[in-house]
Amino acid sequence: MTDGVSEEDRVRLAPGVMLRQDRVRGHWQLLGPERVLILDEVALEVVRAVTTKPPATVGTAIAALAAQFDAPREEIAADVLELLGDMITKGFLTR
Amino acid sequence: MTVCGATTGLEPPLALLAELTHRCPLRCAYCSNPLALDPASRELDTAAWCRVLDEAADLGIIQVHFSGGEPTARKDLEALIAHATTAGLYANLITSAVLLDRARLERLRDAGLQHVQIGFQDTVPAKAELISGFPGGQPKKLEVARAVTDVGMALTVNAIVQRHNIDRVDDFIDMALELKAGRIEIANVQYYGWALKNRAALMPTREQLIRMDERVRARLPELKGRLVVDYVVPDYYAKRPKACMGGWGRKFLNVTPSGSVLPCHAAETIPGMAFDRVTERPLADIWANSAAFQRYRGTDWMPQPCRSCDQKEIDWGGCRCQALALTGSADNTDPVCDLSEHHALLGDIAATDGGTAEAPITYRSFSL
Repeated sequence: MTDGVSEEDRVRLAPGVMLRQDRVRGHWQLLGPERVLILDEVALEVVRAVTTKPPATVGTAIAALAAQFDAPREEIAADVLELLGDMITKGFLTR
Repeated sequence: MTVCGATTGLEPPLALLAELTHRCPLRCAYCSNPLALDPASRELDTAAWCRVLDEAADLGIIQVHFSGGEPTARKDLEALIAHATTAGLYANLITSAVLLDRARLERLRDAGLQHVQIGFQDTVPAKAELISGFPGGQPKKLEVARAVTDVGMALTVNAIVQRHNIDRVDDFIDMALELKAGRIEIANVQYYGWALKNRAALMPTREQLIRMDERVRARLPELKGRLVVDYVVPDYYAKRPKACMGGWGRKFLNVTPSGSVLPCHAAETIPGMAFDRVTERPLADIWANSAAFQRYRGTDWMPQPCRSCDQKEIDWGGCRCQALALTGSADNTDPVCDLSEHHALLGDIAATDGGTAEAPITYRSFSL
């Protein structure tokens, strides 16, 4: 397996992972086997953008996010790739 | 009644360990259940557990771990998982797998189960049987593990490591990869309950631990992104204690088969503790106000050297049950800490028990 996520990859929630809003604390989070990842507003939008049905490529998701946040594509691409790589390492997303 | 929240600074708990039963077909030498087990006749019924699950979700708990004993011995497990899921809880199953088959896994999945953690005593069948006292377990576990991922649930391989299998930690990792597990727990036995009774038969030597540690760390880079590794370093060879349960009464609560609410699953070993029961008091009230949760919550209870230590809100004084088991008082600093006046005990025990050639195993026995 190569390190890092590329724009051609498609990612999805790993088995046993769900996206859910915490009804007591209010924040959004990814729940997985014995673990929780609390998502800030940006991370939530990134997860939503890559877990569309059918799953978009990471590159397509980055383009959508650039449009949504009215931000230059190249500025957000590196951040999105890093964030997704981290979520894969922690087992919340899979390729 | 004090309510959790800003007025008290008390955060709601994150996880509930629901020990549905102490019944189990296995007789593992390292079992962390208490020596005095709850008989089936004292187990909470389905309605009582459903109420506990609702109260847990209302309190802010996000994950429930159905455990035991062997939780699949309960015929109402499907109903409890469905109830937990409807209440908004994430459902984990902690199981030996020997009572499961594919059809039941499908029913549990359909009820909302997300994740199955299967305990493995070894990678070599005969050696696994030596620890579990249960013939034919290994092939059954492997068959069920394959079915777990096959029907679409997440699988954790729980490798319970002690002297007899510690040299096969590589084989455990390979087994997890072969089974398509998303996660492996490399859990060195914690010496409570039956495990404490069998410490002389289970404690690895320092040389074994060093070799295992090298092997695990060597494998980590290739496992990145493929297998999540949760690695519990054995306490008896450590210099700083673990924040047991994330700190007493901070993140977890445990409900026993008969309904007692504990801050940790071994808390019943501590003398003089009174535990509230879910049948007598609401869970939120127990979390906030129960004497058992208050006793070691926060830092006010701490003796020296904890009280003036800059780590006190990191490790929260370590494990109360371990302090009790090794120093004779649960009020002491966990002797795993090398600042504890009792720390030298750890080295002595590890050297003595780790060096015991062939200590006999006392199997967990369940007399009702």
